[in-house]
Amino acid sequence: MHIIENGNVAAAIGVRLCRANVIAAYPITPQTPLTEKLSEYVEAGEMKAEYIPVESEHSAMAVCIAASSAGARAFTATSANGLLYMHEQIQWAAGARLPIVMCLVNRAVGAPWNIWNDQQDSISQRDTGWIQMYCADHQQIIDSVIKAFRLAEKVSIPVMVCYDGYILSHTYMPFDVPEERQVDEYLPPFQPEYALRPEDPANLNTVTLPDVRKDVHGEMAHGYMEIRYLLQEDMRKALNVAAEVEKSFAEIFGRGGNPYLEDYRCDDADFVAVGLGSLTYQLRVSVDTLRKEGIKAGVLGLRYYRPFPDEAIFNALKGKKKVIVFEKALSYGYEGALASDVKSALYEYLAATGNLPVVQNFITGIGGREIRTEDLTKYFRAATQSRVSKEPFWIGLKL
Amino acid sequence: MQAKTTILSLPTEEFVHPGTRACTGCGLAIAYRVGLKALGKDTILVVPPSCLTVLQGLYPVASTMLPCLNVTFASTAAAATGVLAALKTQDNHHTTVAAWAGDGGTADIGLQALSGAAERGDNFIFFCYDNEGYMNTGAQRSGTTPIGAITANTPFKGKAQQKKDVTAIMAAHKLSYVAACSAAYPLDLYDKIKNCLSLPGAKYFHIHIPCPPGWGYDPRYGIKIGRLAVETGYYDLYEIISGRLRLTAASEKLIEKRKLIPVREYFRSQSRFKTLNDEQIENIQRQINEKWAGYYSKDEA
Repeated sequence: MHIIENGNVAAAIGVRLCRANVIAAYPITPQTPLTEKLSEYVEAGEMKAEYIPVESEHSAMAVCIAASSAGARAFTATSANGLLYMHEQIQWAAGARLPIVMCLVNRAVGAPWNIWNDQQDSISQRDTGWIQMYCADHQQIIDSVIKAFRLAEKVSIPVMVCYDGYILSHTYMPFDVPEERQVDEYLPPFQPEYALRPEDPANLNTVTLPDVRKDVHGEMAHGYMEIRYLLQEDMRKALNVAAEVEKSFAEIFGRGGNPYLEDYRCDDADFVAVGLGSLTYQLRVSVDTLRKEGIKAGVLGLRYYRPFPDEAIFNALKGKKKVIVFEKALSYGYEGALASDVKSALYEYLAATGNLPVVQNFITGIGGREIRTEDLTKYFRAATQSRVSKEPFWIGLKL
Repeated sequence: MQAKTTILSLPTEEFVHPGTRACTGCGLAIAYRVGLKALGKDTILVVPPSCLTVLQGLYPVASTMLPCLNVTFASTAAAATGVLAALKTQDNHHTTVAAWAGDGGTADIGLQALSGAAERGDNFIFFCYDNEGYMNTGAQRSGTTPIGAITANTPFKGKAQQKKDVTAIMAAHKLSYVAACSAAYPLDLYDKIKNCLSLPGAKYFHIHIPCPPGWGYDPRYGIKIGRLAVETGYYDLYEIISGRLRLTAASEKLIEKRKLIPVREYFRSQSRFKTLNDEQIENIQRQINEKWAGYYSKDEA
């Protein structure tokens, strides 16, 4: 059924369809309409779940961690400083291998206070062991939430579904709401291998030594390093699982495609823009403009940032003349994290091709600064002609 | 009121394996062992980093025979909420959820989550085992370290501030049950847990835990020192049900006796109080006397 709603409601419907058992949330703009909607569903009896209005984001993730450990499908959502306040818990959820799903409605982080959109919040959590998905429109939001639960539960790794605050969260767009029975078919009830059960007691997340150690039966148990290695191994394997998740989604819901990347006019392109989220759809307008001028431009949006689809990125970018990475975040003291990661993916496969495209990094829309399409086009065009700068170039800076 | 449990009627089933990693003479080992007997087999535990984490052993060995979720320092009560929420969605309304946190994990870093869970009225029991300092990290001061106590980061003059009264804070949340207990009176703890199991919402237990390395005494004197804290009227055993405070066990008997052991004896039993001077001790004695005068007049009324 097609409806017209805002992005936060798209996410809320997705969570309802996935029959999340436990929802915990603390209010922060621009996430609030999403969790308010979920509280409505629960209170109206449209959704059978426990809604916990916690006293902080740290506790929101604590509730999810504990509920998931006790065998419940758990969901939360936050933005910006809420995510940062959760940071310790984010790491814990990944280390404990809990398939929690969280919507992250991207917002700039303080200081100074700013409630508008950029992506510094989620990018700053890149190395926590969470899978990160990015959405470019409302259909992707609802679909990603559904895929996220399936992926998380298959690989026992939490998933962050990221979408741009206001640009997606508060704007209205038509999208298709899947049938309940389709989602039930796609996502069976959560049945963890182990959970907190008095009839089968286990002590979870105990102090674990640097080295392996025998248990009381003489069986060798993992040390901390083995446990962490397995997280990395399973994160990398999650790329394959993501492909399966995408394929089975397409079979049931009739839409889907490349699980990792969404490309627009990239096939014959010489100049490819790379980005995350709604920015990549805005860049399509620039691509069309440049194409009219005879410049072979394309744009590549990443659906997954972690695990990093390095091979897919290399295959999409090999042989291109220039790669232009547009970002709403950066690693202070160097450059945009995505730019670094794209370079790294290209470098790894350099030997295979013998040539390396030049990578230009643009920083844009920090703290909600308006991203004007004509500016994107202007700098995209400039980057096709010569190197704009070695350092990341901040579009629209008024110094 | 149920009949009082005696050492003979205490259940023999154990939920803590012998030979834990607790220090010799650890008061927590007693309170935890007896506390779990009262909670019973159908219980899920939540534990933040603390002495109890050490007591429970190192992976893959565990000294606790009940399911236990180890959680981050600040999140104990919220995690208890999470376990409870999951159980509700599984239509499990019988399993008890019990959090055991140290005084730092309760009075300091854990207070926000605890207050939140208490305000929400989540049906679980929170145990604060109060050894009056960050004993697991080498005995630094906490919010519940008493005035005058020398700790690793109040090394010469002792703590200058009063002990935070967490039990009163929790009572102010209007919980169905709040209790102050001591490892030196394990049967009182046992009976109180049994008394509160069927009560709704969050329940709070504060347990005074003598700590040989943190307090500075020979491990064999732990019970004696725990009792001295009560018999001097310095630390009181009580329960608060529907807002009414009732002294229990040895504290209840002190009402009848109308006589307290001088608190000086308690202070002189531990090296952490060695810098307390006569004037400070007299000052504390005066405060104790005033507190007990209140109990006596309430009793007479």
